[in-house]
Amino acid sequence: MSTIELKPENQALLERFRAGKKVALARAISLVEDERPGFQDFLHAALETPRFSKRIGFTGPPGAGKSTLVSALTRAFRDQDDEVAVVAVDPTSPYSGGALLGDRIRMNDLATDPGIFIRSMATRGSLGGLATTTKEVLDLMDAFGFQRVLVETVGVGQTELEITGAADTVVVILVPESGDAIQAMKAGLMEIADIFVVNKSDRPGADRLVKDLRLALHLREGEALKDVPAHHGVDLKRMGVPESGTSQDEGQSKGPEWEIPVLQTVAHSGEGVQELLEAVSRHRAFLEESGLLLERREARAAGRVRDVVERELRRVAWDHAGVKGTLAEGVAGIVSGAETPYSLASSILSELLDSGTK
Amino acid sequence: MPEGDRKIRVLVAKPGLDGHDRGAKVIASAFRDAGFEVIYTGLHQTPEMIVSAAVQEDVDVVAMSVLSGAHMTLFPRVKELLTEAGADDILITGGGIISEDDMEALHGQGIGRLFGPGTPTGEAIAYIRDWAAERSGRANQASRSWEAP
Ligand code: B12
Ligand SMILES: Nc1nc2c(ncn2[C@@H]2O[C@H](COP(=O)(O)OP(=O)(O)OP(=O)(O)O)[C@@H](O)[C@H]2O)c(=O)[nH]1
Ligand SMILES: [Mg+2]
Repeated sequence: MSTIELKPENQALLERFRAGKKVALARAISLVEDERPGFQDFLHAALETPRFSKRIGFTGPPGAGKSTLVSALTRAFRDQDDEVAVVAVDPTSPYSGGALLGDRIRMNDLATDPGIFIRSMATRGSLGGLATTTKEVLDLMDAFGFQRVLVETVGVGQTELEITGAADTVVVILVPESGDAIQAMKAGLMEIADIFVVNKSDRPGADRLVKDLRLALHLREGEALKDVPAHHGVDLKRMGVPESGTSQDEGQSKGPEWEIPVLQTVAHSGEGVQELLEAVSRHRAFLEESGLLLERREARAAGRVRDVVERELRRVAWDHAGVKGTLAEGVAGIVSGAETPYSLASSILSELLDSGTK
Repeated sequence: MPEGDRKIRVLVAKPGLDGHDRGAKVIASAFRDAGFEVIYTGLHQTPEMIVSAAVQEDVDVVAMSVLSGAHMTLFPRVKELLTEAGADDILITGGGIISEDDMEALHGQGIGRLFGPGTPTGEAIAYIRDWAAERSGRANQASRSWEAP
């Protein structure tokens, strides 16, 4: 693997990171989160020894109990002696650019356990339910040596589904009050779940929601082969990975099958958490046996490469002196009608591609 | 992102058994509206919990709200633990029911400015912004050191 020279302060940080210092992990995360100079080189160096932690994503509507459940599950993983890292994402205010990150309030039980590392991230304008650099931060936690990496999205609706590209197993958390929303959810959360959890099952309506969910899943299984994409189908497609080998096809072949479980929990009392832990382990075994784990990792790797290339292209394009000039001079032409956005874009692209071949 | 545009991350904490959380909530919201990223961990935090959160979150500032009268032990304890953790470059500030004499004494022990009842939130915000700007000025001269224990 090629070695890149790091900035001296990043080199020092890397050494402390490799020595397992939590302060160094925390500062490395900031380096990446702020996209400070040299962060990509740092990631490259840190990821040279891949470790492959087990990654679990938690998503669901605002206030469903995601943080409380993540906390309970983390405790259960600790009882098995796994070291656990958690990333919890909350929204950035579009008005002030600030954020109030409150997920830790539900994780106070875990606060001083040295085998647990929790980091809050603000979305900073990203719309997929994660922050712009959450995936890279998960990679760092993996490289640091945690066996489990858990990630909680912001409270989501139908379209914030980026979690599928970040985790091996996606847990979708609903509450009895989500009942009426199932129809509407069909286009989003329904397809990305590997495991459904109906949290707040101490409240009325939980059994009803469980029934409705099971029914919806059965209907989907029956008709899935016609027009409903299988879980993760949405995202794999978006990532340009061929659809063969999604669970849809596995359903037809003789390979192992995954029947999406619908579990019930009461997060703050711990009821149902053991069952959730077992479901997560079963899903893990399924991912490994079916070969889907490798596929998801490959899709994730492809996504990451694409992210880096796009980020770099964007930077190169808009930092290019000639392009800056062309754009500044050209906009008046668009307004006066002499040019269109497309003709100007086309000149900019030729300018970039020409300078690239020199 | 240039150093000067870096988001300021602040841990707002309520240490001890003190249940007065209005001030902390007012401050946390004001900080968010000022563009800071605020981590709020709720009531009843021990100094150990506060320091562990501050380290993991890599905050620039630990801001504590103390109305219980226990400030003379809580602030120095957090300072001591942060130093032990190798994160002594974090600013410690706060407020609550604290006499001027105590504020001064704490300042002498390396604690930042403290704000009493009735202070406009803008004062604390300006103080943190100024501190951050000054720090990034320092950082441009000599890069931040990672040589902690
Ligand atoms: C409301 C109140 C309560 C409410 C609290 C509700 C709540 N959830 O917050 C209730 C009724 C529950 C309560 C209970 C008690 N209270 Co009481 N309470 C008050 C009161 C009247 C107002 C506090 C308040 O909310 N102010 C409004 C907020 C916005 O102001 P603030 O907290 O001071 O914050 C401002 C500044 O101090 C500063 N600031 C504060 N924190 C921070 C942090 C940072 C980072 C920064 C930058 C700035 C900053 O900025 C804020 C904005 O200006 C005060 C008296 C007073 N005038 O302060 C007594 C007071 C705080 N209470 C007191 C006492 C003794 C008690 C009890 C012990 C009474 C009892 N014997 O049961 C209990 C203890 C409860 C507990 N578990 O801790 C005493 C404390 C004495 C002391 N420390 O020496 C006070 C001072 C009354 C008095 N004069 O005796 N109380
Ligand atoms: N009754 C009941 N309340 C619960 C349960 N689980 C969580 N809660 C409460 O629901 C509220 C929200 O819980 P969180 O864990 O913060 O929910 P969240 O999904 O992380 O919220 P966001 O991150 O803000 O979207 C808290 O007051 C919890 O105590 C449960 O099983 N039953
Ligand atoms: Mg949460």
